[in-house]
Amino acid sequence: MAEPLLALRDLRKHYGGLAVTDGVTLDVLPGEIHAIIGPNGAGKTTLIHEITGLVAPDAGRVVFAGRDVTRLSLPRRARAGLARSFQITSLVAGFSALENVALAAQARAGSSFRFFRPAASERALNDAALAALTEVGLADRAAVPAGALSHGEKRALEIAIALATKPRLLLLDEPLAGAGPEETERLIALLTRLKAAYTILLVEHDMQAVFALADRISVLVYGRVIATGTVAAIRANPEVRAAYLGEDDA
Amino acid sequence: MTTQLLLVQALNGLQLGILLFLVAAGLTLVFGVMDFINLAHGVQYMLGAYLGASLAAATGSFWWGLLLALPAALLAGLLLEVLVFRHLYARDHLAQVLATFGVILFLNEGVKVVWGAAPLQVPVPALLQGGVTIMPGLQYPIYRIAVLGAGIATAGLLWWLVDRTRAGMLVRAGASNAPMVSALGVDIGRLFTLVFAFGAMLAGFAGVLAGPIFSVEPGMGDNVLILAFVVIVIGGIGSIRGAFIAALLVGLIDTLGKSLMPDLMRLFLDASAARQTGAALASMLVYIAMAAILAFRPAGLFPVRA
Amino acid sequence: MRGAWLPLLVLAALAVAPLAGFSASYEMTLMARAMILAMAAVSLSFLVGGAGLVSLGHAASVGVGAYAVAILDANGFTDAVQVLPVAIAAAAIFALLTGAIAIRTSGVHFIMITLAFGQMAFFTASSLSAYGGDDGYTLYARTEVAGARLLENRLAFHYICLSLLAASWALASMLLASRFGRVLRAARENAQRAEAVGFAPYPYRLVGYVIAGAMGGVAGVLLANATEFVSPAMISWQRSGELLFMVILGGVGRLWGAILGALVFVGLETWLAELTPHWKMIFGPLLVVSVIALRGGLAGLVAPRHG
Repeated sequence: MAEPLLALRDLRKHYGGLAVTDGVTLDVLPGEIHAIIGPNGAGKTTLIHEITGLVAPDAGRVVFAGRDVTRLSLPRRARAGLARSFQITSLVAGFSALENVALAAQARAGSSFRFFRPAASERALNDAALAALTEVGLADRAAVPAGALSHGEKRALEIAIALATKPRLLLLDEPLAGAGPEETERLIALLTRLKAAYTILLVEHDMQAVFALADRISVLVYGRVIATGTVAAIRANPEVRAAYLGEDDA
Repeated sequence: MTTQLLLVQALNGLQLGILLFLVAAGLTLVFGVMDFINLAHGVQYMLGAYLGASLAAATGSFWWGLLLALPAALLAGLLLEVLVFRHLYARDHLAQVLATFGVILFLNEGVKVVWGAAPLQVPVPALLQGGVTIMPGLQYPIYRIAVLGAGIATAGLLWWLVDRTRAGMLVRAGASNAPMVSALGVDIGRLFTLVFAFGAMLAGFAGVLAGPIFSVEPGMGDNVLILAFVVIVIGGIGSIRGAFIAALLVGLIDTLGKSLMPDLMRLFLDASAARQTGAALASMLVYIAMAAILAFRPAGLFPVRA
Repeated sequence: MRGAWLPLLVLAALAVAPLAGFSASYEMTLMARAMILAMAAVSLSFLVGGAGLVSLGHAASVGVGAYAVAILDANGFTDAVQVLPVAIAAAAIFALLTGAIAIRTSGVHFIMITLAFGQMAFFTASSLSAYGGDDGYTLYARTEVAGARLLENRLAFHYICLSLLAASWALASMLLASRFGRVLRAARENAQRAEAVGFAPYPYRLVGYVIAGAMGGVAGVLLANATEFVSPAMISWQRSGELLFMVILGGVGRLWGAILGALVFVGLETWLAELTPHWKMIFGPLLVVSVIALRGGLAGLVAPRHG
């Protein structure tokens, strides 16, 4: 088996008496789309925070590309290639869509302690930003202030920003949340395209999308991974059906 | 520095601390519940002192002055709320800082116009005059002890109100999560007004008490305000308990520092240099303490906010 | 830059004014004071509007620069070649040390801690009896420029202040437009987003804070020369509040707003003081009304921003 790109080893986190992450061990293999599913309250958000570095686990390790990043700060992990999109979009509302993405490109293009040249005039950054926007279908909205974009466009912008950081791992946090049927189709098409080029860790509720896209699925219940496997294996897994999917086919 | 002197200064420090608490309590609640930085809280204290002084002079009795000054100070506070503060709740902190700064300028000048620039004398009420012997050879003014007592009693009342009553529970909830309280159907506007009014009255009360001890003059609220802010930052914004402990701490540090520092400096420097550096260092002590505490506990000693 | 015609017009007017008849001593003094405060306000606007750092202690940076002039003057060093670098270095170091601690906090804690450091600078200055202590220090003479008593010439001083003001504006604008400025601005609006793409805000903010401090220090040197007098009152928290007022009056969203704000402030202060000794009773409510009514400041009237 190939060396995992992201390896979580026995992660634990409690708040007060509650174990929100209860010994999570999980591998994300290079090139795959790995989905994490689970009921509300399963601890998916906390797990994402532990992976990205917003929350420090009480125990356990996070190993990214062979490197132990458990004590590494959030920005450092991002620079190491761990890109994340937010479920509740987190954009710089006053910047244009282009500038939001250019900021991300700038993070990967040398030092930002440059004081003299206007950043907006850097052709390389603008080109990289435009390329990412084109990828997600927002090229014609480049000049619009991010705050003025529609909800769906904001979601797409989130992904563009993540792409511009030249990530090794894309952590997508419920990219389909609240999306209408047309938009869901578009996003699934986008994710299918991205699948070929990036390793993706997808946290999602939309079962249809998950079953269509994922190579492997991990099921998180009460802070523990109760099963990991292919789509077929997970669908057939009795524990998973009992805990999450229910008797009717999702 | 004899033990007696030390004890006197410690008591003075506690008494300053109690007055600071009365001012800081209103400030921390207003900031905690309403997220409103009120620089004008210091002038509430000043107004209380002026109203207490002139009403006492007018009625010939300190007690009548106190009794009448409280509702007067409350009314003044509510007037300010309606005219100015209400329009700032939705604004950012910078706007609040500046608008309330404008109120300070106006009122500091205003009291000069009404009462003149010279400090007012407020005689200690007859009942509380004189001193009491707390140690052989050591007399301590009865009035200051009364202030300590009044302050502690008010702190107790405040604790009971906030901890044991329904209104108090709402205030505590509001201090840690105001939007949530509003979403639960509580009339947040009325809660705001209640909190604000009570805080204004407390500051005014502190001002009346301070009259016979400190001089009543324009700008007397400014230093108290800064110290009160230091108190709530050290104590934790929104926390009454934090304000109480931090206020006593600040009062002690400031008072003891001012009396001990020059002597401490005399160990290293000559008399005149010691006096100066001592005084300068003493004034800085409170801020150094605040910076040190914030370095380890950025949210203060007893943070309330989620 | 939309609306920039207004401040450019103002700067042009300031350039022409002494030649157009406004050359009386008190007029020149007034304009110099306005330009120097505008410079300090621009550096503060860079901090507040650009980096999102609301400092209630910026007068301390100005004061450090002014006191550098005084201390060097007392020890016989009066040439700009010595004074300017020392003042800039002193102000920058002060900003570095205080900023290193203050920037670890945010929100009201940041405001309070900058206020605290400002107070500490104030009390330190008050205790410097060799340099006047509370009473302040009168300079023997203005700073010399390469041996020449250039600054004592009112006209020369006027144009030096004007060029330094213009240079500050240009420098701050350039910084905000650069890669560095982009990170600052992003972190101001959405620190979470900046971190998520790999930028830790702290180092950028600290550098910004130091630069603003250094700029304030230069304003302090000019201020010391303008009044030929340096005192702790320059470092009071009321002064810091006044600087913030100039920034917000002018409009936080635009650097040049601070220039307008400073000019209006100095004008108001002077004009009102002539009306009545109790001018603060008019000024106070004016401040309140302008904050409540002018959400985008004066700049917002000329060049409104989206969102």
